[in-house]
Amino acid sequence: MDRNVGGEVIESIAGENLISLRDLSQRAIVEILDTAEAFVEVNTRAIKKVPTLKGRVVASLFFEESTRTRLSFETAAKRLSADVLSLAVASSSVKKGESLRDTIATIDALGIDAVVMRHSASGAPEQVSRFVPHVRVINAGDGQHQHPTQGLLDVFTIRQVLAERHGTTGRESGCELFSGLKVLIVGDLRHSRVARSDVMAYTTLGATVRVCAPGTLLPVDVSQWPVEVVYDFDESLAWADVVGVLRLQKERGTGSLVPSLGEFTRTHGLTWERAQRLSPSTLITHPGPMNRGVEIDSRVADLDVALMERQVANGVPIRMSVLYLSLAGRAPERSTDE
Amino acid sequence: MAERERRHARPRGVIFVPRAQLLTEDDVERALRRMAHEVVERNSDPNALVVIGLQTGGVPIAQHLRDLLSEITGVDIEFGLLDVAFYRDDVSLHPVLESAETSINSDLTDRTVVLVDDVLYTGRTIRAALNALSDWGRPRFVQLAVLVDRGHRELPIRPDFVGKNLPTSHEEAIDAGIDGVWIGTLVAK
Amino acid sequence: MSSDIVISGGTVIHATSTERADVLIRDGRVVDVGVDLDRPAGATIIDASECWVGPGFVDLHTHLREPGREEAETVESGARAAAMGGYSAVVAMPNTEPAIDNAMVAQYVLDRGREAVVDVAVAGAITVGRRGEHLAEIAEMAALGVRLFTDDGTGVQNPLVMRRALTYARPLGVRLAQHCEDEALAAGGVMNEGEVSSRLGLSGRPAIAEEVMVQRDIELVRLTGCPLHFLHLSTARSIAMVAAARAEGLPVTCEVAPHHLLLDDRACEEFDALFKVHPPLRTVGDVAAARAALRDGRIDAVATDHAPHAPELKEMSFDDAPAGMLGLEHAASITLDVLGDDPLRLFEVLSRGPSRVAQLRGSDERPRHSAHGGDVRAGEDANLVVFDPRTTYTVDREKLQSRAVNTPYDGRAFVGRTRALVVRGAVRVSEGSLL
Repeated sequence: MDRNVGGEVIESIAGENLISLRDLSQRAIVEILDTAEAFVEVNTRAIKKVPTLKGRVVASLFFEESTRTRLSFETAAKRLSADVLSLAVASSSVKKGESLRDTIATIDALGIDAVVMRHSASGAPEQVSRFVPHVRVINAGDGQHQHPTQGLLDVFTIRQVLAERHGTTGRESGCELFSGLKVLIVGDLRHSRVARSDVMAYTTLGATVRVCAPGTLLPVDVSQWPVEVVYDFDESLAWADVVGVLRLQKERGTGSLVPSLGEFTRTHGLTWERAQRLSPSTLITHPGPMNRGVEIDSRVADLDVALMERQVANGVPIRMSVLYLSLAGRAPERSTDE
Repeated sequence: MAERERRHARPRGVIFVPRAQLLTEDDVERALRRMAHEVVERNSDPNALVVIGLQTGGVPIAQHLRDLLSEITGVDIEFGLLDVAFYRDDVSLHPVLESAETSINSDLTDRTVVLVDDVLYTGRTIRAALNALSDWGRPRFVQLAVLVDRGHRELPIRPDFVGKNLPTSHEEAIDAGIDGVWIGTLVAK
Repeated sequence: MSSDIVISGGTVIHATSTERADVLIRDGRVVDVGVDLDRPAGATIIDASECWVGPGFVDLHTHLREPGREEAETVESGARAAAMGGYSAVVAMPNTEPAIDNAMVAQYVLDRGREAVVDVAVAGAITVGRRGEHLAEIAEMAALGVRLFTDDGTGVQNPLVMRRALTYARPLGVRLAQHCEDEALAAGGVMNEGEVSSRLGLSGRPAIAEEVMVQRDIELVRLTGCPLHFLHLSTARSIAMVAAARAEGLPVTCEVAPHHLLLDDRACEEFDALFKVHPPLRTVGDVAAARAALRDGRIDAVATDHAPHAPELKEMSFDDAPAGMLGLEHAASITLDVLGDDPLRLFEVLSRGPSRVAQLRGSDERPRHSAHGGDVRAGEDANLVVFDPRTTYTVDREKLQSRAVNTPYDGRAFVGRTRALVVRGAVRVSEGSLL
């Protein structure tokens, strides 16, 4: 997963789609994080709304169910004063066999500025972006490929916490706090779009990433990924500054890839015993929803260094930032006025 | 003279190149002091005042103005910061500006807000600021204090307190701060 | 009473040399090796004159039948048979009932093994129930010290399952082992497919049933990099393929069973089910190839595939009888027959080689087991066999230690026998008899 070989890396998502974090430069990512910081403040106000995207229409197209992410995106759009069209896949004509292209065309005919989409097929948002090039496409998770806003909110949360520890703000620190930061991503990497986005986000910002999983849960060929592969979770506990725990879907534990959930927990779960061997300042993240007792012990999930609540809270400002930059940005035509 | 770059006020990728200095640091100090007295003269109750500086150029000027007001009235005048990036009515016409901190801790209902900016030009920033302020309550009065008014209004906005009127052309640019005011041009980086 | 033992007057067999020397054992360890050692008071003296003294044999492949088939054999009885055969350690295969496919059953067999006269290690199954579908809890079993995993009795038929098993096992530092027989091609046959089976009218298991799986697994090892051990190779081609793969640098090892070094499919001509085994006895050419490969180093180990069955079962028709023959007590004699006067190679294929494959070499690798297959020198765990390569004897199935009697060698004369055996510093066999 080298830097987008053959594709272009962009310096800003202003006016662009957000489909994969592979496409973004360090500068583009920092811009999203800095903008999100401003939206964190907006979300603390009594009136959590700014008029920025008034008159714009954002379609929310979730072919794969996800109440949390969908609500987070729709809230973000509404707080920017955009109009939201929410497509309920179950009752839509999509289920009756309408092609992706036709579905998009139908919605586009209503006049949309952006579509936020989640799909079980890797690459669906990319395809959609070709069908409707005038519409901004925001990937809310496609198959096992990418989940860019999750990767962004993960690094945003880490930056936020580390900045607090250093008595500064995320924006002031830029991406300094990631330089040499040791991040361990553990769990079912093979099937995780979050892992792919996290790896890109962290390494682009300058962190050092190790991935750890049982042999059958690693992607088949990670030789081109900017990571170090380790199999033994215990050996990396003292090393890690951040442990990113990935969700293990229960279906994976039926013996085809790992023998049982119990064995997975023993070899790669963040158990209470393993948590004791982390350094006291090590931070823990999880994209949610958690399977308490499987990939993460219930008590560990409730520790102060476990940042899941903050991650969820940061979802809206990050998504506001992405929508704002994607929809509001255009190339300059005349100089700004005061 | 060294080139001055006002990263936040300008679109990214542009530098201010000064041509001449119009006000010295002392000139600015005198102007702000005079404006402070005007504010006090106009507003009988200093406790009703909230000074709000517009990001980013207006902030240091607002801080200084506030300090002067506190000195003159003997009251600790409340202060806030406002970034209007998300309130502009021309969001799609301009590059996305880097947003800066907004921090308004007072309830503005029934207060007298003194909005402070460095340069008043088309008036669109102030219009955005008025939109924003309504999210923090309904002030009784909003008064506008600017260090420099360079003309070319596009909206019916007028300042209440002005440091200096400086007629300019569209091709020129003004850089105004606590340390002085320069006229020059904007050049791509 | 002293725990000291002196093994006196034998030829000590090192990895690459031999020496006439005595061996002094104390508190479970070898403390001295040298000529004419002093004999401490109260020491047990073992007369090793004319004998080879070397690391106790290690059987990579034993069926101890416990739990589930205790009428045929138990851990205790199988261990006694092993001791008579000169083995200080055996690896128990997981095709018990229930199968050793989880930590609980593994622990059960290990616990039984603690009371046995030789060290008992355990191989775990690769898949749940050995059904070839779902991965067994390999890491849980590895935590108990299990280092070898196989579905033996059968091979993993589905190549995707085997691929995943290799991918999963590799980072755990364990080795998988395969019983190579493609069941579809084997088509339920009962002996080697060939001229003899056609003449006898018995359905055959063709050589390619073994060979295609060997080939498949070599490619899977190439893809995954996980070490794989080939169990009981029986055809010339299988042996050649594995040797070529090893020469390429792939992490593969192989074993051959004693019966495949001695018997060919003509032994089935009397329809005696004692000679029914999977993989079956092959052709004369295959036997010759196996013997040659054992001599020239292409085979890492002799492994008995000791497979006890209750006597009445072996008296069923050739079609219906279960497959498998005993082997623990006679493997060394057969190996000697193939290798001749080559003690270095004998100890390599009976002790050092299998010990490496089973990871029984060093006690730091396996805290629960003592070390086998090491050198005879001070500091090493005292697991030693005194083997008399000249004595002759005749096999009498009534006198076997095993509970079962299904040996194909009854009445046959063999050369070479265990004179004495020391396991963890305790004498188990002395003067040719179990203590």
